[in-house]
Amino acid sequence: MNKNRYFLFVPLMVALLAGCASFTASSQAEDAGRLVIYSGRSESLVAPVIEQFSQASGVKVDVRYGNTAELAATLLEEGKNSPADIFYAQDPGGLGAVAMAGLLAELPEELLNKVDNRFRSEDGLWVGISGRVRVVVYNTQRLQPQDLPPDLFGFTDPRWKGKIGWAPTNASFQAMVTAMRQMWGEEKTRAWLTGILANQPVVYDGNTAIVAAVGSGEIEVGFVNHYYLYRFLKEQGESFPARNHFLNNGGPDSLVLVSGIGRLASGKNEENALKFINFLLSPVAQQYFAGQTFEYPLVAGVQMQAGLTPLENMNAANITVDQLADLEGTLTLLRDTGVLP
Amino acid sequence: MLRDWVNTMRFGTISSPPARGAWLYLPAALVALAMTLPLIYLIVRASTAGISAWNWLLRIQTIQIIGQSIGLALAVMLAALLLGIPLAWLVTRSDLVGRKIWSVLLPLPLVIPSYVAAYLFVSFFAPRGLLQQMLEGWLGIERLPSVYGFWGAWLVLTLMTYPYVFMAARAVLSRSDRSLEEAARSLGYSPLETFWKVTLPQLRPALAASSLLVGLYVLRDFGAVSILRFSTFTRAIYLQYQSSIDRSTAALLALVLILITIGFLIAEQRFRRSAAEYPHTAARPPELTRLGRWQVLGLALVGITLLLGLFFPAGVLFYWLVRGLAAGGQVNHWLRPFWGSVSAAGLAAGATVLLTFPVSILSVRRKSIFSQVLEKWSYIGYAVPGIVVALALVFFGANFVPGLYQTLFMLLFAYVILFLPQAMGSIQASLRMVQPSLEEAAASLGENPLRVFQRITLPLIMPGVGAAAALVFLTAMKELPATLLLAPIGFSTLATQIWGAVSEAYFARAAAPALILILTSSISMYLINLHSMNEGSSQRQ
Repeated sequence: MNKNRYFLFVPLMVALLAGCASFTASSQAEDAGRLVIYSGRSESLVAPVIEQFSQASGVKVDVRYGNTAELAATLLEEGKNSPADIFYAQDPGGLGAVAMAGLLAELPEELLNKVDNRFRSEDGLWVGISGRVRVVVYNTQRLQPQDLPPDLFGFTDPRWKGKIGWAPTNASFQAMVTAMRQMWGEEKTRAWLTGILANQPVVYDGNTAIVAAVGSGEIEVGFVNHYYLYRFLKEQGESFPARNHFLNNGGPDSLVLVSGIGRLASGKNEENALKFINFLLSPVAQQYFAGQTFEYPLVAGVQMQAGLTPLENMNAANITVDQLADLEGTLTLLRDTGVLP
Repeated sequence: MLRDWVNTMRFGTISSPPARGAWLYLPAALVALAMTLPLIYLIVRASTAGISAWNWLLRIQTIQIIGQSIGLALAVMLAALLLGIPLAWLVTRSDLVGRKIWSVLLPLPLVIPSYVAAYLFVSFFAPRGLLQQMLEGWLGIERLPSVYGFWGAWLVLTLMTYPYVFMAARAVLSRSDRSLEEAARSLGYSPLETFWKVTLPQLRPALAASSLLVGLYVLRDFGAVSILRFSTFTRAIYLQYQSSIDRSTAALLALVLILITIGFLIAEQRFRRSAAEYPHTAARPPELTRLGRWQVLGLALVGITLLLGLFFPAGVLFYWLVRGLAAGGQVNHWLRPFWGSVSAAGLAAGATVLLTFPVSILSVRRKSIFSQVLEKWSYIGYAVPGIVVALALVFFGANFVPGLYQTLFMLLFAYVILFLPQAMGSIQASLRMVQPSLEEAAASLGENPLRVFQRITLPLIMPGVGAAAALVFLTAMKELPATLLLAPIGFSTLATQIWGAVSEAYFARAAAPALILILTSSISMYLINLHSMNEGSSQRQ
């Protein structure tokens, strides 16, 4: 029986071999070179389009997936030693932090000019790839579209007490509050926050949880980004009792938020990095986002999903990504009003 | 031959620790040095924290959040003890029906990442979750009471952490000496008195160590508390990273978390110090207590625990999978992440257990201020949220050892820093039950220290080593922040797959890897159990 105790080490050795085997496979470089991407966007969303690029260009692409903020912090820690060529972020906040540390290289004009001025950083350090719109998701068994007020301020009415869900820790929500401060001013934004708080909103961890709660009827309305709903509809069918209401009033409550991309100045594969950004802004990739992830393409002339209005025909908030940069002021306001701890 | 002699020596007297094993200080000090990296990183980062960070820290609300964190940690510790001890007793000491199967299944809730567990719990028990939908059909119930806040977080975290107590207690109960208990019974103690006055004191060091792990797990958990909406200090640290990528404020807060942890460590030390040590190992297989009509109650306890901790989560996952597939959804390839998880967690378990030996042996066999400090020091990595350890290693790796950065070695290094305390508790507890005189005798017969360890100590502490390896394996399987940031690029594990899918509301895609994670862990648990328990009983023949 004495030998038995080595039994424990057998799975370890197998594991070691398996671990090694899976890495020798990925270490062969091809002629077209490599590209290293840090992606704050989820694998479920962007892996297919990256694969498409790899197939078309012959470039060997390695991706590290993670949370946008955590990857941004990683890039800040790595500094010039970062192995990354590209930072593909879910929201502008992470890109802004990395840009401010001087880690991003300026992008060529012809890439920047593919999207509207609102959707690229003014100093040309990063460019938007796809968009999502702030909407009100509502439960269709309890409410009709005409029951909903024309703007978010209407939800401060006491009739919405206990029926609202929101996610104040979510980056998109915070970006919307920044837009409110820019367009409505500090006073009105503060009044909106305290007004909603008085209606005892249910606090959720993120958009997914809000859409699920609206669908189940735990709450009646929620302030979210538009595209989560379509994933629920896809998995649970059209009978899922929630729909989006687009406020479409040109105010901060009809804000378009973008995912964006920047090139690390320290990256070793500049040519492939630019090729990749160019690919994401090409009709093929933009069509993928419109068709598969239910996002808004930022390049004109792409076929939309049924029921979604193209951005150019929409009355969205007219605000640039740089105007959304003052997150610190927003966090202070959210803490002052007691929305955030 | 040696073995026969060992058996005759089992009831020898305890002597003072011998003056050998000093060389162990070298590997132990290296381990401690590795543990220092996160601390250095935090001090470097916190030193640049501005006045606003200090203002935030010293607000009354912050004090309140710290209080909530500690309160939740203590409540979960208590509940985990009350649940873990009886369960461990039932599967080791009673004739409970199916106890071998329960012994394999009961540690498994540990493998479910806490954010997934919380999400599943909410999907099922929310005011209008799956349970309410079932009840509405039969009973017309329109809304269930809220599951959010303190009690929700308490319940989910208890179900996720009782396995720490369960596994530690099981390792001790399966080895400890029944003769003491029988003596107590023959002196007229009732079974309950015997348990309270004889069995429990033997368990005390293991319980102290494992409930410490539970407390620290709760202190540093982010996933469960944020989904169940309970404000804790770690949640505040994460929000600093999430919303403003403010590394210096986050570092300052993490240092405060280390201070809180020191408080927990001191309390554990007090509790452990007052415990008597019983260096007796079982000389014969324990006789099982006949439960008789209590059988039903025992089965109910095991059943309810598994129902809530394992079967409900697995059931909801299965439902998601079927629902998604029926709607034409696709499942991602699972073979690569499966291998990624198994190989990384397996290596983590091996490396961690190996590196735990020097520190554990020193702290048990050579008690000195130095060895005690070494031991406590190794809790630093466990005192702070995973993201902090991950970023510390990003900082040191990318800037000082770029050749090793983002290699499998780096990931294992992170796992060792994160999980070493988990392995230490159970190895120390089982070392305390081995009489030093056995090792001394073998050494006096001319065996070198490594051989003594291999032939005498290791076989006797095998259940503890098995429990330690299992703990590290299960927790490494679900680890997220370090895996995401430090693994070789392109490396994916089941946990990273689940996270990537759940965060984007692709439930069916999350369900498949999550079910594979549970299944893989069950098989691993079965193998480890089978083995370390056999090893234990073979020693008694």
